Amino acid sequence: MSIHINQKKCVGCGRCADACPGSLIWLNSSGKAEIRIPEDCWGCTSCMKECPTAAISLFLGADIGGQGSELSIRREGTVSRWIMHRFDGTEKVISVDSRNANSY
Amino acid sequence: MTENGLTIKRLTADVLIIGGGTAGCYAAITIGRRSGRSVLIAEKADIRRSGCLAAGVNALNAYLSDGHTPEDYLEYARKDAESIIRDDLVLSLAERVNTVTEDLERLGLVILKDQEGNYVTRGWRNVKINGENIKPLLAQEVSRQEHVTVLNHINITDLKQSGDGRVCGAYGFSVREKIAYEIRASAVLIASGGASGLYRPNNPGFSRHKMWYPPFNTGGGYAMGIRAGAEMTTLENRFVALRCKDTIAPTGTIAQGVHAPQINASGEVYEKKYGLTTPQRIYGTVEECRKGRGPCYLATAGISRKAEDELFKAYLNMAPMQTLKWLESGKGPSEENVEIDGTEPYVTGGHTASGFWVDTGRRTTLKGLYAAGDAAGGAPQKYVTGALAEGQIAAETILQDLQTEETEGRKDTNSCAKNETSPFRQYREYLDGGSFPVSCTQAEEAMQKIMDEYAGGIRTDYRYHRAGLLLADQRIRSLENLCKRLRASDTFELLHIYELRERLTVCRALIAHLLARRETRWHIFGENTDYANPDSRFDCYVNSVYRNGEFQMLCRPLVHDKGYSHTQEKILQPEVKE
Ligand SMILES: Cc1cc2nc3c(=O)[nH]c(=O)nc-3n(C[C@H](O)[C@H](O)[C@H](O)COP(=O)(O)OP(=O)(O)OC[C@H]3O[C@@H](n4cnc5c(N)ncnc54)[C@H](O)[C@@H]3O)c2cc1C
Ligand code: SF4
Ligand code: SF4
Repeated sequence: MSIHINQKKCVGCGRCADACPGSLIWLNSSGKAEIRIPEDCWGCTSCMKECPTAAISLFLGADIGGQGSELSIRREGTVSRWIMHRFDGTEKVISVDSRNANSY
Repeated sequence: MTENGLTIKRLTADVLIIGGGTAGCYAAITIGRRSGRSVLIAEKADIRRSGCLAAGVNALNAYLSDGHTPEDYLEYARKDAESIIRDDLVLSLAERVNTVTEDLERLGLVILKDQEGNYVTRGWRNVKINGENIKPLLAQEVSRQEHVTVLNHINITDLKQSGDGRVCGAYGFSVREKIAYEIRASAVLIASGGASGLYRPNNPGFSRHKMWYPPFNTGGGYAMGIRAGAEMTTLENRFVALRCKDTIAPTGTIAQGVHAPQINASGEVYEKKYGLTTPQRIYGTVEECRKGRGPCYLATAGISRKAEDELFKAYLNMAPMQTLKWLESGKGPSEENVEIDGTEPYVTGGHTASGFWVDTGRRTTLKGLYAAGDAAGGAPQKYVTGALAEGQIAAETILQDLQTEETEGRKDTNSCAKNETSPFRQYREYLDGGSFPVSCTQAEEAMQKIMDEYAGGIRTDYRYHRAGLLLADQRIRSLENLCKRLRASDTFELLHIYELRERLTVCRALIAHLLARRETRWHIFGENTDYANPDSRFDCYVNSVYRNGEFQMLCRPLVHDKGYSHTQEKILQPEVKE
């Protein structure tokens, strides 16, 4: 499992690099965010939550059942829209409002 | 000052906090709210999203409801820990878990309430929350404290001690630039969490960091304390978590949320056979698999679609890859049972009693050094609110001690040795531009393999015995030598060398502790095949002090008083000999 950074969407603000608990992300020579060691990602999604352009997505490695789907997040006020781009081209969105507690 | 490309910065504060996680942030908040003392938080990442809380948490696992008392919490924790627990420490944190919860709510944490405005609880010691943003909320409150300064992306490696052993600061470096720091302080709090990555993980390939405990909590605080001569306790009480297979996501949310029991491959509910404490739940799972009755599952198939949707959301708030896994496979928990597995072992004082040996005020055995949260031993089951409570207790003790010392007129920083800069020399050596054929990753994998095979990892179903442990010790020592020869091209690589060095120190201490407790008190956490049963002679704390490269082991009598100070201690005779 690791993250994938869409270089076209990245505006080089560096917020993801600040947020990563493993300091894994840096800005490369073209000023775009890059993960230095993809295998070292914990999958905490901190970087994704910081990104203003939803350029970062999470994927499962094949070793833990990943098939190429990607999960990204768009924050709109208190609502987080989690967007799953399935490997078969379909999409599923789940919205979570941070004002609501978990029922479990 | 710049020497050999390494810029040196020297800073001073009244209080240095190593690790701006749960306990560290709350200690800083406490000092900030109650005094004008200057506080520096040195954090290897960024306090907004670092440590255990980075992804968010599911619930507050320590909160007393329905008229339950701190004593009830103590009894629950004592049972789970098979008596190896400090009454004074657990009681003192349990007394505070409710007030820190209320403070979290004031800071903006969403807590589920019923119509009368009472918290909705899960059992009697657990409240339901939206814990996704718990860390940013704490960080925000830290930033409101005028005298608290945060140094993000500074990794601390060594403690600074004066001639008489008093801790008077620490050394570290920026993980982004070639800057080294010497920080002087009258009090130092270790709040750097526990240690992951000692053992070969569940997913050793591409997803090697998909582990439960943060892969970035590498036992730095333990290692610095050990090398400085602090007494450590109960490291042999390792923690193994029962997790969803592959994603290593929590299982409690499913088990308690939709009441899914643990079943084996034939659908038989096995959990009652083995008992319901944390280690027994994992033991049952391991045993069922060993006997050919695995894989094991949480029986979720048949839950409603609505319940499934709630699970999707709950996991997005703490372990999003589990939701991704469900959606990607096209089969959610309502259709398919969730496979479960035990993780590799961790050392963490937030779940078991491993860590610094502290007094009731959270002073370690080294003057000037304090510990809180997963770094501190003696008080298992502390979780988020217990870590906050310990941060608060340590902060209060520090304020009190600084006051006492001032009244007594001690000149603090003068006694701090001036030219002791060996950590800087080591940083320069690692960064000297040379190359070495062995990479840090290779050495780390070697360490994890040794621990897995000889010190009770997943490979041996967590079992270990003396001959294997002695071999592990020998090999870990040789890796310590190898570690000195590794080279780094920048301080990000230097960080990894230091993380390895810390883990190797913790591995050595852990092996010494595993050798010393010659019994099996806890299944899984301490499964000693030479001594397969509990032994009442080990109704004591196994502690260690590192001196001249070796661990001196001691056995201390169980503490049942409400207060414990380092002066009233008695060591059981005879000492534990391996
Ligand atoms: C994935 C996960 C889920 C959990 N879920 C729950 C839950 O739902 N409910 C609950 O009550 N409890 C939960 N817990 C337990 C609880 O979160 C922890 O026990 C508690 O947060 C630990 O606090 P801490 O301050 O000791 O450690 P942390 O909060 O991890 O803080 C340690 C800090 O030290 C920093 N650090 C480490 N080494 C160094 C160094 N050398 N120099 C500088 N900085 C350093 C780290 O980056 C980190 O910020 C969970 C734990 C984990 C890992
Ligand atoms: S998911 Fe977490 S660990 Fe992975 S790169 Fe993003 S912030 Fe870092
Ligand atoms: S936060 Fe997003 S836009 Fe900013 S640097 Fe990172 S990936 Fe690029």
